[in-house]
Amino acid sequence: MPTNHDSILFPPQASTFAKDVDALYYFIHYLSIFFWLLIVVGIVYFTWRWRRGHKEGAAPSHNLPLELTWSIIPLVLVISIFLWGFKSFMNMSRAPGDATDIHVTAQKWSWSFEYPNGMKAMNELHVVVDKPVRLIMTSTDVIHSFSVPSFRNKMDVVPGRYTTFWFQPTMLGEQQVFCTEFCGDGHSEMLATIFVHTQEEYDAWVEANSTEDTTTPLPELGEKLFTSKACFTCHSVDGSTKVGPSFQGIFGHEASLADGSKAMVDENYIRESVLQPNAKVVAGFAPVMPSYQGQLTDREINGLIEYIKTLK
Amino acid sequence: MSTASVPSSVAPQSLPKTHYWNATKGWKSWAFTVDHKRIGMMYLISILTAFLLGGTFAILVRLQLVTPGGALGVSHKVYNQLFTLHGVVMVFLFLVPSIPASLGNFFLPMQLGAKDVAFPKLNLFSFYIYLAGAALAIYSMVAGAVDTGWTFYTPYSITASGSVIAMTMSAFILGFSSILTGLNFIVTMHKMRAPGMTWFRMPLLPWALYATSVIQLLATPVLAITLLLLAMEKLLGVGIFDPALGGDPVLYQHFFWFYSHPAVYIMAVPGFGVVSEIIATFTRRAVFGYRFVAISSLAIAIIGFFVWGHHMFVSGQSEFAGMVFSFLSFFVAIPTAVKIFNWTATLYKGSTRLDSPMLYVLAFLIQFTIGGLTGLPLAALATDVHMHDTYYVVAHFHYVMMGGTVFAFIGGLHYWWPKMTGRLYNEKLARLAAVILFVGFNVTFFTQFFLGLRGMPRRYASYLDQYQGLHAFSSIGSWILAVGFVLIAVYLVQSLRKGAISPANPWGASTLEWQTQSPPLTENFPDTPHVTTGPYVYPDEETVPARRVA
Repeated sequence: MPTNHDSILFPPQASTFAKDVDALYYFIHYLSIFFWLLIVVGIVYFTWRWRRGHKEGAAPSHNLPLELTWSIIPLVLVISIFLWGFKSFMNMSRAPGDATDIHVTAQKWSWSFEYPNGMKAMNELHVVVDKPVRLIMTSTDVIHSFSVPSFRNKMDVVPGRYTTFWFQPTMLGEQQVFCTEFCGDGHSEMLATIFVHTQEEYDAWVEANSTEDTTTPLPELGEKLFTSKACFTCHSVDGSTKVGPSFQGIFGHEASLADGSKAMVDENYIRESVLQPNAKVVAGFAPVMPSYQGQLTDREINGLIEYIKTLK
Repeated sequence: MSTASVPSSVAPQSLPKTHYWNATKGWKSWAFTVDHKRIGMMYLISILTAFLLGGTFAILVRLQLVTPGGALGVSHKVYNQLFTLHGVVMVFLFLVPSIPASLGNFFLPMQLGAKDVAFPKLNLFSFYIYLAGAALAIYSMVAGAVDTGWTFYTPYSITASGSVIAMTMSAFILGFSSILTGLNFIVTMHKMRAPGMTWFRMPLLPWALYATSVIQLLATPVLAITLLLLAMEKLLGVGIFDPALGGDPVLYQHFFWFYSHPAVYIMAVPGFGVVSEIIATFTRRAVFGYRFVAISSLAIAIIGFFVWGHHMFVSGQSEFAGMVFSFLSFFVAIPTAVKIFNWTATLYKGSTRLDSPMLYVLAFLIQFTIGGLTGLPLAALATDVHMHDTYYVVAHFHYVMMGGTVFAFIGGLHYWWPKMTGRLYNEKLARLAAVILFVGFNVTFFTQFFLGLRGMPRRYASYLDQYQGLHAFSSIGSWILAVGFVLIAVYLVQSLRKGAISPANPWGASTLEWQTQSPPLTENFPDTPHVTTGPYVYPDEETVPARRVA
């Protein structure tokens, strides 16, 4: 299996079908360069050779055999491109029977992954190298699209139905996931990472994540969650305004709410804002935050509260 | 053309005494005019204004993308509004009406040897519908610009803030202008051809406009229905596309692309017509394989109706649908390739002069060929999955729409400028501008093929550091383009004010619009022309019998 691939055109080939997709692309690519050069050389030569004042003989008005030739040759070529593209596409669409099913839920603007053993992760997908994985995906709000350029695969994630995406990684390391269907303010930050592990590394990761973290100090835990739960997509910690209000210096101060009233930002306010985000919306911001009910333990919410307290 | 009435190509001292521009005076004579030439000029001014607006949005979009975090310093929402407005303005206010409504309105009746279009009042009505649609679009920008992308995909557009209703209703209204113009042109070509002007004696611009009009008439109503359904869902909560109301968001995509794929040909095919006219005039020979070129416009129009699903290979539609749409999409390649080959063959044994309109056409041929060829990996299923919704698609689309249609439009504007205004422009500056636009365009958009292949998604207000070099390079190209367009504006305005008086037929062209004074009379021709030959016959060339079978 190719592990890396040095090319100015493509990202690394990190899945089983990347090589085939690239081969088809290069076939079209070189064919295109050939026809383009044919046209450009023709244009340049004819324009120069028969520039005004250098006319000789009557120009042909048409030539049926020639015109049929340059209709039929491209026809044969494009049908072969179609067949190759279709065959490879079917490989990309049909997961093998032994693939591990992982559920993916997209929402503005994060990706949640749920593993067969019930473990959950946000914006991080951990998989084992050379083992097929099938993602069963749906969205809770608008259409998103799960795109992994180094796997050469992509599939829309549609509310109200399931779509699937499968891959078999061939390369250890991190692969970039993009959302490629426009979904609003946080679209360009709706990113995730696929960590491709060896079996041992993967088992160690599962071990570490299936027991609840009871030892990390709360502010530190909150800081980790701020990243891993993608709070940073909408909230800054430096006072700059993103989709939602910044966390800097808000604790212990009053916030003006959209309904004109005021609320003290204290422990209860933060807890409510995480679990029922639209109960008290800060003035000037849209009520777009999804609820984290069921996605955070009490200790994790405490962690976030303590972390926000540190942001003075 | 019968040569009896060919006016002299010697430059006169002054403009003709009476012409369509000064035949009647006062603002009312323009506001209530039924002259296709005046209506064409009013469209021209309107769409050039739209182009300026859409272009300004584009420059701002490229400015934001100079740095990964956004060099413009605006919020993501504002960036999303900017690219949406760029798309909406360019597609609905500029590209769709561009060549047909301006140059087409002006020159279709003249090329047919007619006095006007079949329904002159309807023509004026279409223009006012366009203005109403444009006014509503501008209102929606002020009232709360939409950030949905020009495609208005559901359910995002159902839930989005901003005046989605006003913007979609604007597109709805503009659609009627397009439908009525198409209807008018079809009837004009059936009923208004001069004596002796058989179908195969028509120049290739009318052929292209015929194909375009058929698409406008058949596809645009579907857009109208779709946008109406969207508005009903948003206003009344009727569940059609939003799954929260029991609707199907992918259905919207089918409806939308059923119009918007053929619409790509509404925008591209008229450009093919302009290119054919210019190429014949500047090589002084008939377009090679005239009948193949004429018929291929219709073929593209018809096949274009059956390929919409290629926008949806990763939307969740079935693999079977993907297969069918991929297969059919490749058939668009054939008539398109035929056109490119035939235009190139027209240069063979021609008598070519590289005046500015011809420079735009050569740039068109080079760029549109890239646009067409880069469509192949997008029509092939496996490669499209990787490239869909990346900058590769953005680059491909701009190579067809800008490298193709806009270059053809600017070329046509230069070609017919002396006929429309009676004046010449600074040819040296015009050639310089053509070179600047060629360089700027390719720097801007060729770069984006690499961005897309490397995985850079579209519609991102910020991006990963690895893409910065290419993004910044592309933005530099957009500034070169801006310089080129400003230069064109400068010398065209200068030409209007004090350009040299043009002869009636400065290029020695053979089609009918050149066989009358510049600017033309309100009635176009002093006497109805009688046509005895095909459209492209030059005095030093052996006459080609028009009825020879291709």
